[in-house]
Amino acid sequence: MIRFLSKKILILILSLFMVATLTFTLMQMIPGDPFTQEKAVPEEILKAMFHHYGLDQPWHVQYLKYMKGLITWDLGPSFKYQGRTVTEIIKEGFPVSMTLGLEALLLSIFCGVGLGCIASLKHLKWQDHFTMVIAVLGISVPSFILATFLQYLISMKLDLLPVARWGSFEHSILPAIALSALPMAFIARLTRSNMVEIMQQDYIQTAKSKGLNSFQIVTKHALRNALLPIVTYLGPLTTAILTGSFAVEKIFGIPGLGQWFVMSITNRDYTVIMGTTIFYSTILMVSVFLVDVLYCFIDPRIQLMQKRVKV
Amino acid sequence: MKILISICLLFFALVGCQKKSHPFDENRQVLRMNIHTEPPTLDARKATDTSSISIINTCFEGLMKRAKDGSIHPAIANKFKVSEDNLTYTFYLRDAKWWDGKPVTARDFENTWKTILSPNFGSGFANDLYVLKNARPAKIGEVSTDEIGVRAIDSKTLIVELEKPVPYFLDLIATHSFLAVPMHIATQYSHWADNCGPHFVGNGPYILDKWKHHNFMKLIKNPHYWDRDSVLLDEIELTIIEDETTELNMFESGELDWAGSPLSTLPTDALQALAADNRLQTYPLSGTYYYIFNVREPPFDNLNFRKAFALAINRQTIIDNITQSDQSPATSFIPPTIWKVESHFKDNDLAEANHLFDVALKEMGYTRQTLPTITLIYNTSSAHHKIAQAIQEQWFQAFGIRVKLANKEWKVFLDELSHKQFQVARMGGIASFKDPVTFFDLYKYPDSCNNFSGWSNPQFTHLIETAEKTTDPAKREEFLRAAEKIFMAEMPIAPIYYYTGTYVKKGYVKGILLTELSEADFKFAFLEMQ
Repeated sequence: MIRFLSKKILILILSLFMVATLTFTLMQMIPGDPFTQEKAVPEEILKAMFHHYGLDQPWHVQYLKYMKGLITWDLGPSFKYQGRTVTEIIKEGFPVSMTLGLEALLLSIFCGVGLGCIASLKHLKWQDHFTMVIAVLGISVPSFILATFLQYLISMKLDLLPVARWGSFEHSILPAIALSALPMAFIARLTRSNMVEIMQQDYIQTAKSKGLNSFQIVTKHALRNALLPIVTYLGPLTTAILTGSFAVEKIFGIPGLGQWFVMSITNRDYTVIMGTTIFYSTILMVSVFLVDVLYCFIDPRIQLMQKRVKV
Repeated sequence: MKILISICLLFFALVGCQKKSHPFDENRQVLRMNIHTEPPTLDARKATDTSSISIINTCFEGLMKRAKDGSIHPAIANKFKVSEDNLTYTFYLRDAKWWDGKPVTARDFENTWKTILSPNFGSGFANDLYVLKNARPAKIGEVSTDEIGVRAIDSKTLIVELEKPVPYFLDLIATHSFLAVPMHIATQYSHWADNCGPHFVGNGPYILDKWKHHNFMKLIKNPHYWDRDSVLLDEIELTIIEDETTELNMFESGELDWAGSPLSTLPTDALQALAADNRLQTYPLSGTYYYIFNVREPPFDNLNFRKAFALAINRQTIIDNITQSDQSPATSFIPPTIWKVESHFKDNDLAEANHLFDVALKEMGYTRQTLPTITLIYNTSSAHHKIAQAIQEQWFQAFGIRVKLANKEWKVFLDELSHKQFQVARMGGIASFKDPVTFFDLYKYPDSCNNFSGWSNPQFTHLIETAEKTTDPAKREEFLRAAEKIFMAEMPIAPIYYYTGTYVKKGYVKGILLTELSEADFKFAFLEMQ
């Protein structure tokens, strides 16, 4: 177990280093800089700005300085939002995206698995077709269309919930639904196809013949095996959903982290680009790692590392 | 399934009973608006973007202020004196206080301007202050900042010396570039203006009470303000939402009292419907939307070619079908809000355009078939895209050539413009002060940093320089008009329309001053049922 962990952590650090280096290089290559603006300013003023922010140093110096900062988790100040450090931006934005993401995640897992089960138990009946139509819609309608539609229907026509903003539980309902549609549909389809296969297995037949009711069969025997592929999907999904979505955050005016991924690039806000990328990569790698660990709890047949077979 | 449905129903039943849009209350004067982007900083020495400047103008007040009609009246200075040679201005300050109770002194102004002009201070607009004596030499480190032409002789008297006479100096003084910051705080805390808190202190009619980044701001009436009796609003609540459609939806559902200019924009797709309902309000802005030709590269180095392309545009069609906000077709560079416009050519003059096009082809030795492909670039935005498509079609109808369209990400676009890697590009801008010079300065010298077209004309430069030295307003205008004539005769740009601001508001919102420089003054705003 310890060997497994240390190996994984080592890979994680190495990958982060690669991500940081690659992002830094790519970032230096895009045209424009944080101070490019419509009304161009004289050379001496630009020079003063570059000097003020240390951008006049050769870029290997900037790189080393940045790497040093990264190790101590000092991601530097934002160039555009001058008084705020990247760490502060992440600290403020991430909890918002996480709250919304968790709501969406729970909603998508709960409804997705539920719909999937219903569809598989009523295989090829109208319930099955109905749920799969919903699933196809969920996959094919982009979140920003759904968001606009919900805003129009629920907030403007029915006057039930606020149009946008962030602050209370009410404000999070519509964005959570918009965010959860795609993963919910995906999970529903995955659950259904796995369940259909598993429900025909011998051990399910045995359970049935022992007189267990279908609720017990599904929860105790079938679902446990059917969930395995979903857990695999949960790693990247959790990362994506917890770090926020640009489109949904923009439409509902949510001060989350998602918008920063896009905004930092448009602003050429170098430190924020680096910070958010590293942060995203860390969460992604950690959640993939957690999924690996989670496997062995769900399925004891999977072992973290193959035991050495003595020849 | 039943369980699911009942959970959903319960969910909506719970939230359904507590809904929002609080109707208008006459006893509590709260104005609710949206600001399009989060202000990057509220430090008046650093801000260059419109959202920061809007908030700064609400929290700070300079020596002079602009009224609705564009005239300049005293603010923190209650009177001023100009020397006979128009080189020295003396401002006498009134008794005004910062929010923390400390007096606003002439020294605050002196030190703020000197900080902006010190070589190591990162301010993106320091060149606005170059009208001050020795300002540029100080910024590039040639002389000490002590030699800049501004000094406080006592706490209430500020003497400002200029490099040369500037007829629009009072206009300049009224812009955000010449505000003062509380130096007793700014010198101690470098990030004093980046968060709401005890360190963020201003001297304007409203106090910043709350600022949740990327979420909302709350401004409340300033009890220390020198003219507090004129301020009627108790609060201004500003949400910070980037999406224009969301903003309009919030307005429609009663969560906002105002949507659109000057703090934001209305979605272009909604303009027609709003105009049809008679709800769309427009007001003229001092700005021109135009296309720039790169005169350093063929084929747009040819004057007749540029003219042909400019004349073939049908501006009225674009206004009627695309922009739809009461703009007027631009046939000059300087907009009508600055002076009475002289039309320099006829809109959509196809006969002349075709004639000039043929002449130009002959001069350059091209035929319609051998003419190299022309590319029009613009920054990514649906409005620019629609206009570009219309003009592409108009040029095709006129000359039978298909211009290529290329949209660019904003900073890439600016990078290509400043490196002159383009043929035709869209541009436009609102004046920073009310004088033609704000536009002509861009093209004054061939290497001016904003002269993207690369055009220059010694006679034009000479006229602008002469106008700068002329103090008689009538003569000065004569020189400037002559300069515009040369400029438009050589057409380094094709003007398209003069900007307007568009907004919708609830009937009870009154007294917000909207200036043609796209600023808003909330000092006299109030709410009142008709």
